Formats: sequence, C-alpha cells, structure tokens
Amino acid sequence: MRNTWTICRKELRSYFVSPVAYLLLAMFSLIFGFFFWNALGYFVIEGIEMQMRGQAIPMNINEQIIRPLLSNASVLGLFFIPMITMRLFAEEKRTGTIELLTTSPVRDLEIVLGKWSAALILYACLLLFTALNFSFLFLYGNPDWKPLAVGYLGLLLQAGGLLAIGTFISTLTKNQIIAGAATFGVCLLLWVLEWVSGYESATWATVLAYLSVITHFDSFGRGVIEIKDTVFYFTLIFLGLFFTSRSMESLRWRS
Amino acid sequence: MIRVQNLTKRYARATAVDQISFAVEKGQIVGFLGPNGAGKTTTMRMLTCFLPPSAGTATIAGFDVLEQPFEVKKRIGYLPESPPIYPEMETVEYLRFVGRLKGLSGAMLEERINYVCDRCFVADVKTKLLGKLSKGYRQRVGLAQAIIHNPDVLILDEPTAGLDPKQINETRDLIKSLAGDHTIILSTHILPEVEQTCEQVVIINKGKLVATDSVRNLQERARGAETILIEVAPRASAPDASLTLQIQQRLERIPGVSRVVCREPSGPDMVFEAESQHGQLIRGDLARAVVESGWDLNELRPASMSLEEIFLQLTGSETHSEPDKTPAPQRIPASEPNA
Repeated sequence: MRNTWTICRKELRSYFVSPVAYLLLAMFSLIFGFFFWNALGYFVIEGIEMQMRGQAIPMNINEQIIRPLLSNASVLGLFFIPMITMRLFAEEKRTGTIELLTTSPVRDLEIVLGKWSAALILYACLLLFTALNFSFLFLYGNPDWKPLAVGYLGLLLQAGGLLAIGTFISTLTKNQIIAGAATFGVCLLLWVLEWVSGYESATWATVLAYLSVITHFDSFGRGVIEIKDTVFYFTLIFLGLFFTSRSMESLRWRS
Repeated sequence: MIRVQNLTKRYARATAVDQISFAVEKGQIVGFLGPNGAGKTTTMRMLTCFLPPSAGTATIAGFDVLEQPFEVKKRIGYLPESPPIYPEMETVEYLRFVGRLKGLSGAMLEERINYVCDRCFVADVKTKLLGKLSKGYRQRVGLAQAIIHNPDVLILDEPTAGLDPKQINETRDLIKSLAGDHTIILSTHILPEVEQTCEQVVIINKGKLVATDSVRNLQERARGAETILIEVAPRASAPDASLTLQIQQRLERIPGVSRVVCREPSGPDMVFEAESQHGQLIRGDLARAVVESGWDLNELRPASMSLEEIFLQLTGSETHSEPDKTPAPQRIPASEPNA
C-alpha cells in the first residue's frame, strides 16, 4: 500500500511538472466550457420561447442541462483517456527505468495500482474543472445536487475502466504513440458498439451493445445507481488491472 | 555471498548465457569481463531478478532468485547499463523516491540521502533536474540510487561506459571505496578497468564461462615473459630488407631473447618486437646490442602486454584456433605457448 502511494505520487508529479497535465486540463475545460455555453444558450432560448407562447411546461435544469452535459463529458473522456495512459509503462520501458521498478522490492500489483490511481486522479482533476461550470447553475438556479453527484460517480467509474484498459495497452509496447493510438481505438470501439442496438435486436447485437461503455452510463446520467452498471464498470477495472499485472509479469519472460 | 550454478538463459533462437558457474565472497569486487554481446547484461539481469533463468540457480545472500525474489531484491543495488533516472525529477527527489521503493522512510531516509549524496559526489546537484545533468553526474546519481538502502550486493552494469577519462577514474575510485561494505559485481569490456578495480575476474564469451581467477594471478602469469618494442634507425644508409634482416639476426643472438619479429615499417625507423624467455630481463642487452652495432636506438619500451593478450586468446577465435569446446570453469593456463 505504501509502495502504491509512492508510485502514485511519482506519476502525479511527472504529469504535473511536464506540460501534459496542464495541456489536458486546458483542452478539456475549454471544450467542456463550450458544451456548457451551448447547452445554457439553448436552455435560455427555449425558456424565452415558452414564455412567448404562454406555455407553462416546467423547465428542469437537471434534465435539460446537466444530464446531456454529463454524457458529453463521458464522450469527451474517451478522447482524453489515451493521452493520460499512453506514457504510463511505454515510457518506462523505453528509458529503461522499468528495470529500477522491477528490481526493487515492490510487487507488480503495487506498481500497477500506483500508476492507475495516478491516472484516475488526473482524470478527476479534469472533472473538477467541469464542476466549475456546474457551480454557476447552483449560483443562479436550484438544480438537484444528487443526480449530479451520481453522474460524477459514473464518470469516474467509466474512466476507471477505460484507464485500466489504457494502462494495460501501455505495457505492451515501448512506443507511446502506438500505446495511445491503440487505446484510442479500443475506447472508440467500446463507445460505438452500442450503435448496433439501433437496427438489430438479435442476441449478438444485445451482447455487443451491452459491452459498450456508453450504455452503462445512461443510468448514472439519470442520477440512478444501477447495480448491473456499477458491476459492469468494476469488472472492467478489475479485468484491466488484472491483465496489466499479468502483462508486467510476462515482460520478464518475453524480453 | 553470490553463488551461481550452471546459470543458463535461452531465448527462442539463441542461448545468451550457457551454464555459467562462479562464486563471490563477501566484500569482494568481481569484474565481469567479456566482449560486447557476451551475455554480461543478461547474467546481471538474472541476478537482479529482472529476468528468470531458463536453467540453473543463482543465490544471493542465501536467497534464490527464482524462489525468493523479494528477499533478493531487498539485498541488491542495481545500476543498469543506462542509469534508470527520470529526467523530470530533481536529484534529491529521485533518491527519495528510490529510497521509499527500497523500504526506507522518515529520518532514516533523509540521512541515507545525505550520505549517498556525499559519498557519490552529487551533493552539489541536489536540486537540479536529472535531465539537465551531464552523463558523469547521471552515472553517479545512478550509483547513489544503487547504494541508498545499503545493500549487501551491488550489481553494476558497465558503470564507466560513456564517461570521460577523469570521470572514469573518479567512478573507479568510488567503486573501490565501496568494496568491503558491499560485495560488488561490475561488468565491463575495458580490461584496465578490471586490473585497476577488481580483485577477482570472471571472463565470459558468447555466453560461456571462459575463465575465472584473481587479477593478481593473471597479471603475474602475464608478466612471466616480456615483450619489448625497439625502434631502430640506421645511421648512414636508408633502411632496406637486408639491413632489417641483419638487425633482426643481431637481436636474436642476444641470450634470453626467444623471438624477434619485424613490424610494418612506418617512416625511416624500423620497429622490432623482441620477446624474452620466461623470467629473463633483456632490455639492457637489447639497447647495448643496437648501439654497439652502430645503429641509432630511437625507442625502447615494454609492449603493453597483460590481461589484454590473455583475454584475446581466451575470447577471440581468430587468434587462437582452439576448437569451440571450451570446458566450463577453467583456470587460465600458466604460460601461453607463444608468449
């Protein structure tokens, strides 16, 4: 546990002393800020139109702004996760520092957990900037905070799973670009798998759609913690980390 | 302290290390010598539990590298070929990170950091980024990293590679000063390094153990016969083949000289190589013979002969036509037939 924390701290440091973390934070908050601005713009126009028509359908900030924005954030995450995980092991393998880690009295799992948790903390920092946008809603409106909290939990779980996959892919190569590109491909695939459910209802299509990380986010977006979706994400995290530590072990046999 | 028995590493297509056995006692410095690609790094990686051996065993301080890697890792300090540093870290920060990985903490950790910084002469770059350090400093930080937890065994893979001559000397002195507290294995393909730093030498070639002996024994054996280089210039005539032959014959008549060879002439001087018989001193006689015959003696010096020749004979197939049947651990022959 202590070693995990040592490695996690070291990883966080290398994110934050290099421009990587700041670039990701800037891009993420810029793009999410744009989404927020748009969502708010539509919301205001809609409100004015309704007033002009004299309709009195209650408007809901949670349903009309927060929920779509949360799923936007989850999609945005798919693009940022490869950039977070690609260096984790690939860089150490290229520079040879992996020899330091594997010849120290530290267990493989501790190394893997340390690196993965550092990536998750960086992702949580990205989400913190989206919270800045939402705080304006609380300042000028009165949205319900509970669905928002559940939504964030969902985002973290989803990212945890994808980050674990990215960490695993990073152990497979010395080349950061290959690690990044492969992770991006897998993330994108896990996202679009859900599309098949639109035109096909056979069992295979249901299974494919079930594997998609997006379908499991819906419930969190609505503010509901579904056991099956939570289990799905935890399985993803567990499998990702399990394969990572297996792959680390095999580094020795393969190299 | 270190026991290696029939250690073997096979890859899909090649055998990198083939049945190597040797032992190192506590406090010794052992030079691991071999040409590039001989299997030095692979052996070291097996000793540090980075690679698992395909066959054979290696124990460090009584712990097997396969059975109890955790205990082994606690007791070794390892400096890989390129120092395993993170360029974005400061020296102290890096040492703190490594120290924590090795199980140090609190006041003990800070104390060790200060100690290794002084010991390895990196105290003046404590707050510098490792990426900005020169190669020599990186190497020293790498050494500091290896000794931070005061390990019983130090494994250093080419610790002086890529350093300038001054840094090489400093690093060698540093390594020598570390012996005693630590048992040290260092690999190198530079012979003088072994002569200067190590007490014991293990020579491997193409994955096979060629010889293991103490450096002193090797040197004594090498010194038995002496090779002298003589540069002679004729006073009056230009050098030609008959004169060369004449000088060669004159030198060969000196008692104690076993063989005289004429080297490629370069310029007006003729260069001869005279080998003495075992234990004979011939320098004075050579000089007198040249001068008394009326030639100019321009240079006379012992040819650098030592481990180098033995090494070449043992490792190079082109100099020695011995078939490739090198039996496992073998003592170095007392005197080479042509020496």
